[in-house]
Amino acid sequence: MDTVDQHTDSVSTGTAAVSVTVAEEAPPRRSRNETLYFAFRNRKLVIGLSVVTFFLLLAIVGPWLTDATPFEFGYPTGEPPSREYWLGTTAPGQDVFAQFVYGLRSSFVVGALAGCVAAAIGMTVGFVGGYRGGAVDEILSVLTNVVLVIPTLAVLIIVAAYLSVQSLLAEAVLIGVTSWPWAARAIRAQTFSLASRDFISVARLSGQTGWKIVAKEIAPNMSSYLFLVFILLFGGSVLIAATLDFLGLGPSQVMSLGLMLNNAVSGSALQLGMWWWFIPPGVGITAIVGGLYVMNVGLDEVFNPKLRET
Amino acid sequence: MLKLDDVTKVFKTGTFGGQEITAVSGVTFGIEPGEVVSLIGESGSGKTTVGRMILRLTGVTGGTITFDGRDVAALGGRELHGYYSRVQGVFQDPFSSYNPVFKADRVLEMVRSNYLRGLSRAEWKTKLQTSLETVGLEPADVLGKYPHQLSGGQLQRVLISRALLLDIKILVADEIISMLDASTRIDVLNLLGDLKERGLGILFVTHDLSLGNYISDRTVILRRGLIVEMGRTEKVFGNPVHPYTKMLLASVPQMHTKWAAEAEPAGDLGHEDAADVSSAGDGALVEVERDHFARSQHNGNEGE
Amino acid sequence: MSLAVDNLRVYYRTLHGDCRALDGVTFTIADGEIMGLAGESGCGKSTLGKSLIRLDARMRHVEGTAQLDGTTLPIDDTKAMNAFRYREVSIIPQYAMSALNPIRKIGRMISELLGSRGVSYEDTLPELHRRLGLVGLDESVLDLYPIELSGGMKQRVVMVLSTLLDPSLLIADEITSALDVSTQKAVAEMLVEFRDRQFVKSMIVITHDLSILYQIADTILVMYAGKLVEKGSAADVTEDPKHPYTRLLIASLPEVGVRFDEQRLKGIAGRPPSLIDPPTGCRFRDRCPLAIEKCAEEPPFVEVAPGRFAACWRAGD
Repeated sequence: MDTVDQHTDSVSTGTAAVSVTVAEEAPPRRSRNETLYFAFRNRKLVIGLSVVTFFLLLAIVGPWLTDATPFEFGYPTGEPPSREYWLGTTAPGQDVFAQFVYGLRSSFVVGALAGCVAAAIGMTVGFVGGYRGGAVDEILSVLTNVVLVIPTLAVLIIVAAYLSVQSLLAEAVLIGVTSWPWAARAIRAQTFSLASRDFISVARLSGQTGWKIVAKEIAPNMSSYLFLVFILLFGGSVLIAATLDFLGLGPSQVMSLGLMLNNAVSGSALQLGMWWWFIPPGVGITAIVGGLYVMNVGLDEVFNPKLRET
Repeated sequence: MLKLDDVTKVFKTGTFGGQEITAVSGVTFGIEPGEVVSLIGESGSGKTTVGRMILRLTGVTGGTITFDGRDVAALGGRELHGYYSRVQGVFQDPFSSYNPVFKADRVLEMVRSNYLRGLSRAEWKTKLQTSLETVGLEPADVLGKYPHQLSGGQLQRVLISRALLLDIKILVADEIISMLDASTRIDVLNLLGDLKERGLGILFVTHDLSLGNYISDRTVILRRGLIVEMGRTEKVFGNPVHPYTKMLLASVPQMHTKWAAEAEPAGDLGHEDAADVSSAGDGALVEVERDHFARSQHNGNEGE
Repeated sequence: MSLAVDNLRVYYRTLHGDCRALDGVTFTIADGEIMGLAGESGCGKSTLGKSLIRLDARMRHVEGTAQLDGTTLPIDDTKAMNAFRYREVSIIPQYAMSALNPIRKIGRMISELLGSRGVSYEDTLPELHRRLGLVGLDESVLDLYPIELSGGMKQRVVMVLSTLLDPSLLIADEITSALDVSTQKAVAEMLVEFRDRQFVKSMIVITHDLSILYQIADTILVMYAGKLVEKGSAADVTEDPKHPYTRLLIASLPEVGVRFDEQRLKGIAGRPPSLIDPPTGCRFRDRCPLAIEKCAEEPPFVEVAPGRFAACWRAGD
């Protein structure tokens, strides 16, 4: 005759299997393996990642595959792609392939740097505002809204024209400093909702203080979200950089895809039918930015089980 | 040991904080070691707010809360740190009390890294073991697991054991068993009873009168922020004086007695507006018998 | 009307396999009967309620039939159930009062719902007003947004809404759980009134709170881990439970009057078994103080006394 032990709540069957109850109590946290499993099955993620990785590899390896440098003249003018010149040459006689791969490098560098700057500012403003609330939040919200409302491109054009941006770093910082507001807002909203959860109260009762709670409790909870935000900032920065470069406002001594397009337009590539001059940079920009956005949608589905169409 | 003296809490709402809601008004009571005080009230009574004020998670608008004579609201950083080693809380939703991306024992680790740095590995292990066993858990069953792998009852017990790691004197238990299954509830409740017998003072916040009656020594009944009746549990439940208390007791579904058919409508069938202090009767608390107080009523304001 | 459910099996698809939430359930409800369906979380009571109206797309109907007034309910076909939903079989889902669309006024929401069923809102308005008055709500509530109503009021609005077309069967899923004790009583009594006034013919009241069922239900059906364990009249089940689970459950509920110092109540140790790979034999075996060898073989849900059903080899003891 068993005695009912009133003190033990342990599972007496001895099985260690995870019991999935029908009642909706806690959202199941998938193990890393499960996340990877879904990641590799998500078509959008796979396609987007493949495209971006392809161009990334090209950017890294490309410059080693050619002896030419992007600004070097002396090649046959206006040659279509051939075995010798893989992407042909420009009207004044530069190697398009060299320009292309160096340009890809610039795009990735600017994108990553600007993305980091914007993410850093956005996270700081978002976390502080969302967690502290009150007057601090009000002030930061005003700041965010002001920067958000400024017509970014117009400002960038004006500033770039005045400051004559000559390095990738300067360009990246400029872009980063103007593209963070939406990220700050998104992060603030998430932080706000997380800050009122019980586990934050438990952390406070355990002696955790302000910034530690943000760093150790809130940010990890939002890690997938922060990742997505970064990818979007990255993609957006690449696009803005291309735009600036196209307008001739980017560094003129560093080859970039936008600069290629600029040259192509001023060199009348379209009229002369030199498709190999402007198609590669155009495709490059579109593919990278598009690939990143598609990756983003895919990742969102992977991280958020409710969006999956299993 | 813990004393609330005329404590009031006013929330500002509305755009630009124009409107005010009085969640708690003039609450006065105390908790002694080895005593369970039930704070009973329905939604909107302010009982959770009282708990949060004691835990310093919300500020106090008026009145004072003192612990061993020191004003809780005035505690600075270091002192607050020390306060939490004496006073802890457990909340209603066990699943929301854990950060879902981390393992459950992280809550225990947090206490260790903030309060028990000086302990060696062996000492920590022993302390952990003792604490978990006190709440009736096998360390092997709960350590190293994620929150979703444990049941609600286990999660609540881990939270209680977390509170016990420090040598606390007061535990604020805010509806800690309302989200548990009926068969586990009584075990966690019995645990609180055992802890009480070891000298812990417990504030048991609940809306369930039968639970309050089972476990507590003294009872405080709140309505819309005001205390309407309080005193020794047997006296309050055995001889309810205030109409609100009587109405609450009459509404509790019992298992062997049917609800009495009554003439007046039960409960607030009308539109429940925000804390309307005067409707609970704004007379003072009057001593009905030894250790039993009830708020005297305003003429005609009751029985709405 | 009467409901006859025969060997109903409903599973949920999960990554780890089928979750056998409802594993062979058979019972009947007579005309005008309020049947309480009791059990703890994960026992399958919500699944049973939802499977009779087929609102949850994740459910997989595996086996079994349900007959309402002699007509077979198409509980395996979501589309076909449309004809029955809300008219013949209606549900007040769990958390209904939190699920009201916050940007719709109550009246607008009701008119949209009726419109989707081909019922004219204007024609129904007088009856709607009458019923709102019956539950103690003023007609002005139709012009309010959900946020302007209290919990009790929202619950009553949902109750009126779900029974507006006089369904034969009403499934009320945990409608008193989130309410204050005084509103709980009002809402529970309202359920009985709906039945007495014939707005609804029969009801299944799903809850974990046995004491509410004692107050308002005619019969109580107790479930555990996807199976039925006991059935009988409300008085019989609460006063003389036959199944060990019911007995232990009732013994663990503190009534007003029981005090820890005087009498220490006991809970039920352990947890319900996993429904993905449930054990063979009686599912309560591991936690049952009366378990014997025979319990390795699953006990049938049979009549152990007149009007009393239980699934236990030792029910008679």
